[in-house]
Amino acid sequence: MTIKEVQDNIIEEFSLFDDWMDKYNLLIDLGKDLPVIDPKYKVKDFLIEGCQSKVWLHPVYDGKLISFTADSDAIITRGIVALLIKVMTNRSPDEIIATDLYFIDKIGLRQNLSPTRSNGLLSMVRQMKLYAMAFNAKNK
Amino acid sequence: MKEIDEIRADFPILSRKVYGKPLVYFDNGATTQKPNCVLDAVDEVYKSYNGNIHRGVHFLSDMSSEAYENAREKVRSFINADKREEVVFTSGTTGSINGIAFSFGERYIKAGDEIILSRLEHHANIVPWQMMCERRGAVLLVIPINDNGEVMLDEYYKLLSSRTRLVSVTQASNALGTVLPLKEIITAAHSINVPVLIDGAQGIQHGIVDLKEMDCDFYVFSGHKIYGPAGIGVLYGKEKWLSEMPPFQGGGDMVDKVTFEKTTYNELPFKFEAGTMNYPAAIGLASALDYVSSIGRENIATREKELLIYATGRLSTIKGLIIYGNSEKKISTISFHIKDIHQYDTGMILDKMGIAVRTGTHCAQPVMDRFGIDGTVRASLCFYNTKDEIDTLADGIEKVKSMFA
Repeated sequence: MTIKEVQDNIIEEFSLFDDWMDKYNLLIDLGKDLPVIDPKYKVKDFLIEGCQSKVWLHPVYDGKLISFTADSDAIITRGIVALLIKVMTNRSPDEIIATDLYFIDKIGLRQNLSPTRSNGLLSMVRQMKLYAMAFNAKNK
Repeated sequence: MKEIDEIRADFPILSRKVYGKPLVYFDNGATTQKPNCVLDAVDEVYKSYNGNIHRGVHFLSDMSSEAYENAREKVRSFINADKREEVVFTSGTTGSINGIAFSFGERYIKAGDEIILSRLEHHANIVPWQMMCERRGAVLLVIPINDNGEVMLDEYYKLLSSRTRLVSVTQASNALGTVLPLKEIITAAHSINVPVLIDGAQGIQHGIVDLKEMDCDFYVFSGHKIYGPAGIGVLYGKEKWLSEMPPFQGGGDMVDKVTFEKTTYNELPFKFEAGTMNYPAAIGLASALDYVSSIGRENIATREKELLIYATGRLSTIKGLIIYGNSEKKISTISFHIKDIHQYDTGMILDKMGIAVRTGTHCAQPVMDRFGIDGTVRASLCFYNTKDEIDTLADGIEKVKSMFA
């Protein structure tokens, strides 16, 4: 699936629910599918610190594709992180750099990504792109 | 006292819905909502007599200058300060403390001097002092707190010495709600001629503040936390200090005579009010103080105490909920944590139920560190809140528990 297809699938999944509680329940469930980071990477180097909740993110690059594992101390954040990873994992650096993440807006989670919330998620997207750029640079 | 329904009708925002649910506003520690009279007062400035203060010879300027100076007098009488010259308008508590820290530092602080704060301070009463200490080579000392979240007076007494130049403490903790023993703190400092600053950001809206009785040297607060507009605050200082301290900002209106060789400064309080002040907000603040007086400050204190007792009782029955800050004397603020549930998760779900609380460290990280936690959920109540709303919060917390169990 392309990044666009994955995003569209997520939008469709969320559109089934009108009620906020149901959307959050879905997020909580999604958090359970998160490819959890190896505890040895749950250290400062991989911490994306926000004001409200912590996120750890670890990239692995096999020369072609980047895959991510992650975790958060807050469950809703973990759900959103799981969504981000679903979209961004096993992609080439170029794809990640070029990604336009429109699904967050569409499923009504924009509030979680605004810079003033500073809960680490915006930093997480930026960090994913920075890793992609770094791996790209190494390639060239 | 006015009936609760009448009081709530004075605040238009309280009848709105969020996410289709009636708003339960429990974030009064961050900012309070505004009654109609305040909104009208600010509106009235812009609609009928807006003119820059202390500058024009024209009708509008005269009128707004007079309203602004009346607002100063209103503040003076509300806090029972001695003279109107001792009441300086600022942008808020943060602006006031930064101003004092700068000016006091310039005038009185040298290397090796000590400033005493408490562990309960929010960042606005920590960082300006750190900046000043760094500039002047002075040292910050911190009064520790006990497990109930109360300052340890015996430790405070030990910190006072011939090197102490100022004590700056909050009237009440924004993070835990603890009310500090100001009388003891001020008396001890004064006994060795050390001035005291009281940060009233979380104090003035909850009861009577009488500065003649309190006898602190500086008192600061924010307008928006006492039902007034944002962007206005008060810096009270005893004349003996303010007259000696240099201005912390330069500009128009704070000067007496300006030449490129030397400028002499205007008299108090104008020396500290450089540039165009937020006069519409000051006028709005005066209206807010009138409103608070019309409800009655003792009535407010009584009602908030009732709400605090009810909320503490109600939340204490929730299994796994721990309240941080268990002092006998508290403002109507309850900080809590639910076992195994991140405060961010709690806050997000409560929000979707229409309940506004604050989560995180409440700009008071040292307090959180003291208890070894990385944040709490804070419900800060005020007199326009109701027991029904507290029930809604308690039900909301049960719902949160069921979702994250």
